[in-house]
Parts: sequence; structure tokens; C-alpha cells
Amino acid sequence: MRSLPIAVGLALFGAGIGTAQRPDSARADSVRLIRSPWLPDSLRALIQSLQARLDSLAEASRQGAAAPARASGSYMNIGFDGLADFGWSSEPHVAALQLGDHDPRVRGFTVPNAELSLDGAVDPYFRGFANLVYKIDPAGETGVELEEVYFLTTQLPGNLQLRGGQFFSEFGRQNAQHPHAWAFVDEPLVLGRMFGGEGLRSQGARLSWLVPTKWYTEAMLGAFNSAGSTTSSFRSEESAEIHGGVPVDQGVHGLNDLLIVPRLASSFDLTPTQVLLFGVSAAFGPNNSGPDARTRIYGGDLYWKWKSARATAGFPFVSWQTEALFRRYDAAQRQSAEDPLSTLPAEVLRDRGVYSQLLWGVKPRLVLGLRGDYVSGSPAAFDSELRAERTRLSPNVTWYPTEFSKLRIQYNYDDRKGVGTDHSLWLQFEFILGAHAAHKF
Amino acid sequence: MRTRVSLLATALLALSGFAAAPKPLNVVATTSDLAALAREIGGPAVTVTALAKPTEDPHFVDPKPSHLVTLNRADVLIEGGAELELGWLPPLLDNARNDKIAAGAPGRIIASQGIRMLEVPATFDRSKGDIHSLGNPHFMVDPVDAKIVAANIADHFSRLQPASAEAFKANLQKFNATVDRKLAEWQKQLEPFRGAKLVTYHKDFVYFAARFNLDIVETLEPKPGIAPSPAHLAQVISAMQSSKARVILVQPYQNRKTAETVARQTQAAVLDMPQQPGAIPNTVSYFDLMDHLVRTLAAGLEDKQ
Repeated sequence: MRSLPIAVGLALFGAGIGTAQRPDSARADSVRLIRSPWLPDSLRALIQSLQARLDSLAEASRQGAAAPARASGSYMNIGFDGLADFGWSSEPHVAALQLGDHDPRVRGFTVPNAELSLDGAVDPYFRGFANLVYKIDPAGETGVELEEVYFLTTQLPGNLQLRGGQFFSEFGRQNAQHPHAWAFVDEPLVLGRMFGGEGLRSQGARLSWLVPTKWYTEAMLGAFNSAGSTTSSFRSEESAEIHGGVPVDQGVHGLNDLLIVPRLASSFDLTPTQVLLFGVSAAFGPNNSGPDARTRIYGGDLYWKWKSARATAGFPFVSWQTEALFRRYDAAQRQSAEDPLSTLPAEVLRDRGVYSQLLWGVKPRLVLGLRGDYVSGSPAAFDSELRAERTRLSPNVTWYPTEFSKLRIQYNYDDRKGVGTDHSLWLQFEFILGAHAAHKF
Repeated sequence: MRTRVSLLATALLALSGFAAAPKPLNVVATTSDLAALAREIGGPAVTVTALAKPTEDPHFVDPKPSHLVTLNRADVLIEGGAELELGWLPPLLDNARNDKIAAGAPGRIIASQGIRMLEVPATFDRSKGDIHSLGNPHFMVDPVDAKIVAANIADHFSRLQPASAEAFKANLQKFNATVDRKLAEWQKQLEPFRGAKLVTYHKDFVYFAARFNLDIVETLEPKPGIAPSPAHLAQVISAMQSSKARVILVQPYQNRKTAETVARQTQAAVLDMPQQPGAIPNTVSYFDLMDHLVRTLAAGLEDKQ
């Protein structure tokens, strides 16, 4: 006889579950059942626990729909960028005109930059980045370089941030940008002359302080190894092209033999649609013209941008970017590399250069650009091709089918003092695969 | 006498409460709609800044240095999530040096958390346009989703400032009650147009259409983020003629001229339907904006009937 209420109870409860699309009525049924005086305690406890479970399940299914937002991708972002150039120049030895390693280097086709980029959070304290670059040289050989690999701290106190590894130094504006972020096919002449074809980058560390001012101000101090081919102007073995002497490697004896790169940058929103960003940078370090020879480079940079308040995909916009650099290269008395019997006198080599570029994002996906370059160097005992006066004018048009591809055409008018004028026309195509990191401003 | 004492007590309590009022939370939202919700929930206990301008495409915002400073000082960051800000927020956060808004911190609110996302792609393939791997991120124009976001915001605010938790809870209840009341009104206003055919520029009214039983027959973009081509527009025009779609919805940053060209050939109307409060005058709050959207659409559909 005791089984009757149990059967009735279970039947009622089952009916409650059966009509689960109406949890309120099911709940009312079970509450009624629990309160009924004829229900054995054990069954009451069972129903209560089942009801509690049902409630929590209902709650869980209500929230979600509440599937937690899934993080995109995996533990790291993987991106790949491919860049190809095609064109012609009136100068048969194209590399004499184009200073950058990621510039078009021959008549015809060049694949100057294929970049595998990886980044992600290492743990709560660090982020990690790596850029592996593949490039095909004019002889058709593939070169691989570990362009950048560095960590960035995320939790240092006092608005500080430390970066360490191999990376582009934050000298000026364009030096730290990767070729696919450039607005022109090639590197500005002044950067090529001061920092070489690979830009100023080395193994080192950089400390940055976001100054607690109302507007953006960031102070940075970098210390790097001063040797290697990516430290042109310092202890790079290719420096002989600047001073004409047999390189004298003085080694590293103290902190003074490191390459020190300070920078101060500031920015204001002039109006809600206009931004001004400017900075001063310097690079100090030893060079290899003699045992105590040193190089100092100073630079100023300016970037202004207007973007419509109703911009479609970031267009229309107008931007202006200018960088000016000055180098004081203390060349020691040195043995001439060309003629071992002759000696070049101690002298100060002074170089300067500037580029200025204007971009007009006319309408979605279309940008018109114009860049002017000027570089010159003081007279010296050794006539370096890398120090002669030179000007260049480069108009271009870029079409971005989406933000993942671009097609660019650029004309270069080159005027090398003592050599003559040259004309070049380059086509560039770029594609990006995967989660390519967004660019900094 | 008793009244006077209790008045005095209340005044003292209020004063002491005022004196002990915690510093307002410095809230930064990526977009104006999220900022508007933060104001509803936070009230005077928060100050709110939006990074993107209300007229700006939230997919393409410049990561300006001034944003870096704003984020550096934030107590809370509210982002839309679902990769809406993928193109500009990560480099800012890399340099913001603010662990209060780091991923997983109580100060980081991801609005898409808990939303039943629509159009989650089965495969990730950019030949289908700029699709978001987590689904369509334009969910804020569904008021039911806005309630989920508001609850999420209230939860984080309460954890960060427990002293104001009661106020946040009350504000959330008020917000939810207002949504419920207004939603009934909005549904009533749009009920006569149940099943109405619409054309949008981008896939940004999917959630709105689902909530209000509307039917989006085409988008001017052939694929998300891909500029309209003449061939695709011809297809849109024929689809509009056969389906009798008579309105095209555009946002301030979308190419209105393209929409007008299509509208001329289909006797349709182009309706200004911004999704961000503040994009047009007199849309300060979330409710102002939704009022505007419903009113504009109802009037546009009415005209074309």
C-alpha cells in the first residue's frame, strides 16, 4: 500500500520533467508533492534533491545560452605576410639606387620579404613576439633571418615596460615598422644611409616609461649590442663603406661600448579628427674606424593625421610624416681599405638627411602618396657612395582590395650628384594570411 | 519629535554615505553603445569614456596615443568582443601597462560574454569576406541582448566597488524594467510590419531583425567588409524588386551614395539607422537610440506600404 503514493509521486514528478518546457508548472507540482503529508520522508528528500538539481540545470541553461565567449585562435597568433615587387629601372645595377634589403633589388621580379609572425601571451607577466623573415636575393638564393624575437612585460609597476631580445630600436617612426606597414615600396634614403638596409636593430633591452601627463608622453631608453650587420654606423663590418678604412674591432670593454638609443615621444589630439605625434631620438655608440671612435645620430620625427569622423574602413584620411636625421661620425686615423699603404686622416664625417611623405586616402581602399627624399654628407678624405648628395621624388598609388591585400605602383625619380638622374617604376603586391597583428598608430 | 530625529538620522546617514562615497570607477568603453549602458548601470558611481567616435566604423578605429593614455588610467574596460575591435585594441592593450584591465581581470568586461551569437562560421575562410570567427558582433541592437550585457556590467562593477553594489543592482533592475516596458512598445510599433523585407549595407541588423521579426533579403556589401561591386548591386536591385523590399538601412560611416543609387532604381528609401548613441542629435541614451531606430524604420516602412 505504501507503494501507491510513491508511484503517484514518481508519476507526477515524471510528468513534471516531461513538461520541462514549462519548468514553472513542474516546479509547482513538485512543491505540492513535497508538502503533501502522506509522502514518506525519504521520498521527500529525494524529490527535494532532484528539484534542486533541476533548478540548477535550468539556471545553467538559461545563462546560456550563456556559452562563455570563446577566445579566438589558440595560444598564439600566427600570421604570414608575402611581398613581391616587379619593375624596371634606368639604372641596370638597381641595388645602387635602392638601399633597403626589402626594396626591389633587380630589374624584373623581387620577393624581398616573406614574414612569419608569431605572438601571444607567454603567461600573465610577459607577451612574446617573433618575426622570421625569408627573402630571395638577386641571385635567387633564399635567405632566412631571425628579424625579431622579443618579450614585453605586462605587469611592471610605475607605468614601466621592459622589452628584451632582438628587435628594431624605436628610433624615429619608420625604423621600427615592418616593410608591409610602409606607405612606399622602398625605404627612405636617410634611413638606408644611417641604419643600413636592415634598419637599426640588434640584441638588447629597452625600458619605457609612460609619463603620467594628461597627454601621451613616452620616454624610452634602449641598450643594444653595437656589432653586426644591422648596426650600420656603429660596429658593423660594412662600416668600411662609410669611412673607407680597414675596420678595427675594439671589442666590448664597458657599457660605453654598447649602442644606447634614447627616445622621447609625445602626442596630442588637435581636434577630435586630427592627431599630432612627434618625437626626438638619438643613438650613441662606438664605430670601427679606430680604437676610440664614436658615432652619434640625432633625429626628429613628426606625424600628423586627419581622419573623417564618418570614416568608412578608415577612409578618407590625410597624413603627413617627416623624419630628419643628423649623424656625427668620428672617424679615427685609419688604414685605407683600398690602398693598404695609405692612411686616411682622423676627421669628423657629418651627414644629414630628411624625408617627408604625404598620403591622401581619397576614398575607401585608395591612397595617393608623394614622398621627397634628400641626403648629403660633408666632404671627406674617402669619397663614399653612401655619403654623396642625393635627392629622390616618389609619387605612388596604392589600392587595398581589403586590409589583407594591397597593390601599389610607384615611380621614383632619382638624382645622384655626380652620377645623374634615373627613373624607376615598381609594382608591388602584398598579401596577409592568418591573424596578423594590428599595427600601432 | 520622532520625525525630526529620524530626519536627522537620515541626513547624517546620507552625509556619512556621501563622505565615504568611493572614488568613481573610471570606465572606458570601446564604443558609445557600451558606454551608454555603463552610464545606466553605474550612475554617479562611475565616469565613462568611449574610445570610438559614435559616427565611426567600430571595426576601423585608429589606435591613437591618446587612447593609450585613456586605457592606462582605466579601472574598467568594456569591449564588444567577438573580434569587433581586433584591428585596433590589441596594440593599445600591449602598451597600456594596466593590469586592472588585463584579460581575465575583474576590470575587463567582454560584452559578447553570455550572448547567443548568430552567424558563427563553421569554417574560417577569408574568401567569404571579413567574417568574425566568434559570430556577428552587432548584437547590441537587440534589447534582450542589451539586458545580458547590462547584467554582466553590473556584476563586474559590484565586484570592483562593493560599496555601490546595491545601487548597481537597483540600476540594473530599473534598466531591465525599462527594457521590458519599451520592448513591448517597440514590438507593438513594428508588429504591423512583421516579415517586412529590408536591405542593409553591412550584416549589422541581423539581431535586430530576429528580435522584431523582420526579413533582411540582401546586403549592399557582397560579403562582410567587401565594397559593393556593380554586379552585386544589380543582383541586389533585382532581389529588391522581386521581394518588394523598399527600405535600405545605413549607418553614418557607410557609403550613403551607393545606397541612394540603389534606392533610386527600386523606389526604396534610405533610412539613417546609426547603432551608436550620439551618432545623430538627441540620441544620448540607449533608449533614445532604440526609439530612433524603431521610429525611423516604422515610418520608413509605413511610407512605402
